[in-house]
Amino acid sequence: MKWAIAIWAILCKDMRTYYLKPPNVSWGIIFPLAWTGMFFIKSAGEVGSIASLLPGVVAVSILFGTTSMLAVTVTFEKKSRSFERLLLAPLPFELLMLAKTGGAILFGVANAFVPVIMAAFLIDLGGIVWSIFIPAVVLVALASTFLGLFIAVAVSEVFEAQTFSNFFRFPMMFLCGLFFPVEQLPSLLKPLAYALPLTYGADALHGAVRGAHNLPFAVDLAVLVLFCAGLFALSLWNIRRNWIL
Amino acid sequence: MSADMAFAIEVRGLAKRFGEVAAVRQVDFAVRPGELFGFLGPNGAGKTTTINMLTGLARPDAGSIFIGGIDCVKQPRAAQHLIGVVPDESNLYPELSGFENLCFCAALYGIGKEERQRRARELLDAFDLTAAANRKFGTYSKGMKRRLTIAAGIIHRPQILFLDEPTTGIDVASARQLRMLIGGLRRDGITVFMTTHYIEEAERLCDRIAFIVDGRIVCLDSVENLLQPVQNKHLLQIACETFPGLPQELAAAFPDLSFSTEGNDRLRVEADGPIRVGPLVRFLEERQIEVSEARRIRPTLEDVFVQVTGIGINSMRKEKTGGGRS
Repeated sequence: MKWAIAIWAILCKDMRTYYLKPPNVSWGIIFPLAWTGMFFIKSAGEVGSIASLLPGVVAVSILFGTTSMLAVTVTFEKKSRSFERLLLAPLPFELLMLAKTGGAILFGVANAFVPVIMAAFLIDLGGIVWSIFIPAVVLVALASTFLGLFIAVAVSEVFEAQTFSNFFRFPMMFLCGLFFPVEQLPSLLKPLAYALPLTYGADALHGAVRGAHNLPFAVDLAVLVLFCAGLFALSLWNIRRNWIL
Repeated sequence: MSADMAFAIEVRGLAKRFGEVAAVRQVDFAVRPGELFGFLGPNGAGKTTTINMLTGLARPDAGSIFIGGIDCVKQPRAAQHLIGVVPDESNLYPELSGFENLCFCAALYGIGKEERQRRARELLDAFDLTAAANRKFGTYSKGMKRRLTIAAGIIHRPQILFLDEPTTGIDVASARQLRMLIGGLRRDGITVFMTTHYIEEAERLCDRIAFIVDGRIVCLDSVENLLQPVQNKHLLQIACETFPGLPQELAAAFPDLSFSTEGNDRLRVEADGPIRVGPLVRFLEERQIEVSEARRIRPTLEDVFVQVTGIGINSMRKEKTGGGRS
């Protein structure tokens, strides 16, 4: 019960002070809108192309939303030393970090549904397999958030967090099959694509939205779970090593 | 090694290196329950590193730490519920109000909503911050920030409070108010471990004091015992213009006295017996040095510190400025 109070307090505080701030809320709406608009224009206004764009826009919205927010907020709290306050709380370290990342995960999931809501006005979403789509969204949000945490621990300045995030984000956009199928990548780049978590998330989302996927859903989701666990464990190890000197 | 439950904090052979630099070397001390223990030393002496190791924010390279009987080297987070920490910088959340900050800090210790709100109101009142309760922490003055940070450190009613440089960087009035609050914590039975580089502050507040220099404790005793060797000293402070070589000139003329300068406008005279002021003033005036004031001063912990560590008080004062002393 005591841990639950602490976890809830951290989550509410982060939602209030970071994620529900008007600039972040509007960013969460404008970003997917811009991506959807860009590809819609590229496809010469073909409404039918929206279904093929939707999984990529959903994935990229989650990736940018979570990594940007978490990398910046954790780096900011580390720099201002308010993160020490959390480290001093009588809470298991793993739970503490789950509470700290909880806000970003929710923010990522919320970002994912902005393009879905926009698409609902233009196309029929009746064919989406929600039982795959929702777990895929949640797992992509988890993996992206833990990637953001890994980045936040690796840098000391807020601006470094943004720069370092882009080092991962932009290659992932083009390598993970968000907008260009992994099969069309040069054979040298294919192994790299399968070493990135978003490839499995995008595959599951493409499968859930329009039935086109390379791997079985179970494999996609299982690999994402492994990536989440690995990135979370790596981030905790890094925090213990670098922040608790 | 087992813990002696008679102590709130027990430290043996504590050591910590940062690369080539030995920040803390073989530190031993024990703090009794309810005691106000001062950890005194210049910047870079190892005070904050020691506090970080005691509170679980740093890992010792060697030694043992027992907090309330719990082995904090083996279980770094096991004693967190017993301690409160006030860091050397106010690190609350600028976007939250004073009241919200206190409630959040209480929630981290699992305190329910009604109870944490009640405690937050009580502390805001006790720390004279009720009028600013709903203002964002980021808008507070330095003194208000320090007071709220101390309130945040005790909202979960810890048995042991770590105060790192509580009055550094704040104005004299706020520092005085803080010292009264710290004295009140001891009266409430909280064990206080306080680091400071303000010697008068430690002398006024602490039961026992450890001097730490270059990562080593060079002296540890009660304030009364520390002052004992200098109690019989006779000290005189002369306000006059000084110059390099003046103490040596004076020492040659008055071999029973010892001289040192404090800045460019103070001369300090020490002796084992009473000091005759007249001959000293005449000597200075014959050399065209105008004396504006000469007064006897009481030996303080500063004298003990200088005697024990060999570190000049002036150099220690210069390290951090911005108030605190009054």
